Amino acid sequence: MPTNASAAAHALTDVTASDSTLRRFLHGLPGVDAVGLEGRAASLGTRSIKTTAKAYAIDLAISMVDLTTLEGADTPGKVRALGAKAVHPDPTDRTTPATAAVCVYPDMVATAKEAVAGSTVKVASVATSFPAGRAPLTVKLADVREAMAAGADEIDMVIDRGAFLAGNYMKVYDEIVAVKSACGTSARLKVIFETGELSTYDNIRRASWLGMLAGADFIKTSTGKVAVNATPANTLLMLEAVRDFRAQTGIQVGVKPAGGIRTSKDAIKFLVLVNETAGEDWLDNHWFRFGASSLLNDLLMQRQKLATGRYSGPDYVTVD
Amino acid sequence: MSDRLSVFKTYKLYVGGKFPRSESGRVYEVTDSKGSWLANAPQSSRKDARDAVVAARKAFGGWAGATAYNRGQILYRVAEMLEGRKAQFVREVADAEGLSKSKAAEQVDATIDRWVWYAGWTDKIAQVVGGGNPVAGPFFNLSSPEPTGVVAVLAPQDSSFLGLVSVVAPVIATGNTAVVVASEKSPLPALSLGEVLATSDLPGGVVNVLSGRTAEIATPLAAHQDVNAIDLAGADDVLAKELEIAAADNLKRVLRPQPVDEVDWSADPGIDRMTGFLETKTVWHPTGSLGASGSSY
Repeated sequence: MPTNASAAAHALTDVTASDSTLRRFLHGLPGVDAVGLEGRAASLGTRSIKTTAKAYAIDLAISMVDLTTLEGADTPGKVRALGAKAVHPDPTDRTTPATAAVCVYPDMVATAKEAVAGSTVKVASVATSFPAGRAPLTVKLADVREAMAAGADEIDMVIDRGAFLAGNYMKVYDEIVAVKSACGTSARLKVIFETGELSTYDNIRRASWLGMLAGADFIKTSTGKVAVNATPANTLLMLEAVRDFRAQTGIQVGVKPAGGIRTSKDAIKFLVLVNETAGEDWLDNHWFRFGASSLLNDLLMQRQKLATGRYSGPDYVTVD
Repeated sequence: MSDRLSVFKTYKLYVGGKFPRSESGRVYEVTDSKGSWLANAPQSSRKDARDAVVAARKAFGGWAGATAYNRGQILYRVAEMLEGRKAQFVREVADAEGLSKSKAAEQVDATIDRWVWYAGWTDKIAQVVGGGNPVAGPFFNLSSPEPTGVVAVLAPQDSSFLGLVSVVAPVIATGNTAVVVASEKSPLPALSLGEVLATSDLPGGVVNVLSGRTAEIATPLAAHQDVNAIDLAGADDVLAKELEIAAADNLKRVLRPQPVDEVDWSADPGIDRMTGFLETKTVWHPTGSLGASGSSY
């Protein structure tokens, strides 16, 4: 249905013509059945994934990790160590896949880039005054340009939640568009909604569509800096949004849950959500990522358990 | 008087300060010494063992870091709680071991005394097995004992309560955390002990009690890379050999005092069960050149 899709895409360009059309569109999205959504997310979490399927899921999850360090105390040494770990997550077993990317603050991009040089691992940088996003647009764009100049392959921006919650959707839209054009074609843009601050599932659905309309390559749940981060329910909701967006426009957008995913079991539940909601096309680290740090160690311990039959322990993975 | 319906107790595991059923949902029948049914006990799986190790590891930092004095107070508190529930333990021990009421009461009294005895040792063991070492050089040299870590304890199969406490108390007195596999045949006193520990200020996860088939639970524990030591008191010779081989993989400490059979649990225990799960840390501190008096400090 290429004609239908392009017609729909055309219809969607009208949506962003003015503040009122955008508002009408976002508020016209169907409301979210919160109980149904959480029930569906919970029921998909009960699948039993064992043996070879589990081994496949663990390797896939490792390859989807954006290994993250976003602390005030980050040092070049820590970032180099993280880079080395991203390239060879388990030095004792070279069959372990590399992670998708390392995710750092803009001033650490150059260090990270050097640390992962010659590998498939990308460097993602948070920008736009992460995590609060409370800075003038010029400052945010300068932040993005600095990260790009240092060699970032991916930019993780935060939206202006204040403007979003005040109903000023056009402002949020324009900011994303501006950041997207600053990224150009050389960096993929991930848009962080901070779902824990959006209050309702309806808002998460609206934010997802807003981000995708503005040209996000990825929509990402959260910064990892607030109480509620990625949950199965809000990730399921965003997966439905990218599925519907592709059905309407033909454009595929990635999803990145971040924060609070610490165990292999959780990660595998998310993979089930991806497969059952968006579909197999998203089961690839080009379209789905985990923003995490401690998750990788648990994945590695589970991988060792599958390989040796013995439960592994934290003494056998790096401390980071 | 109307007939009351009997209120049966659901025996559950004690893991991480909580009372879960077995992850597998299985139970097995526990009988008294004459073979009549007493209760259903949870039949733990290797995943329950794994969860217990996670809980024990999580609790280790806090428990090992608590002052020895504080650990002593908490262990004494356990003895106080045991005293208050004596009647229940007398009944359970009598059923499990086929003892008369008075014999069982003697066992329980000895058990509580054993617990108090180990409570007293918490802040004394360091003086006995640690101290300053005379060395041939200008160094101040000190050794102090530190807990080994997470210890898997296979409780004795025959002595369901005195034997159990005699192997659990020395492990935790020195700051280790324990995953205890209760006697397969008579696990009920061990499961009830979990209820006592939960109400004794003992942080959750310091002691975790599993019931079930000893061989099934002990095998993954012995191979577990995050378990630092294993006490084979409750393993028969064949099982013990297998477990020792599995434990060698990550160089676990293995405690299996000889002779294995017919241990008299009522005898004075000595400090061997405490020192078995201690690591000695030695610190060398330079003192500068020795003065004419032979000492510079």
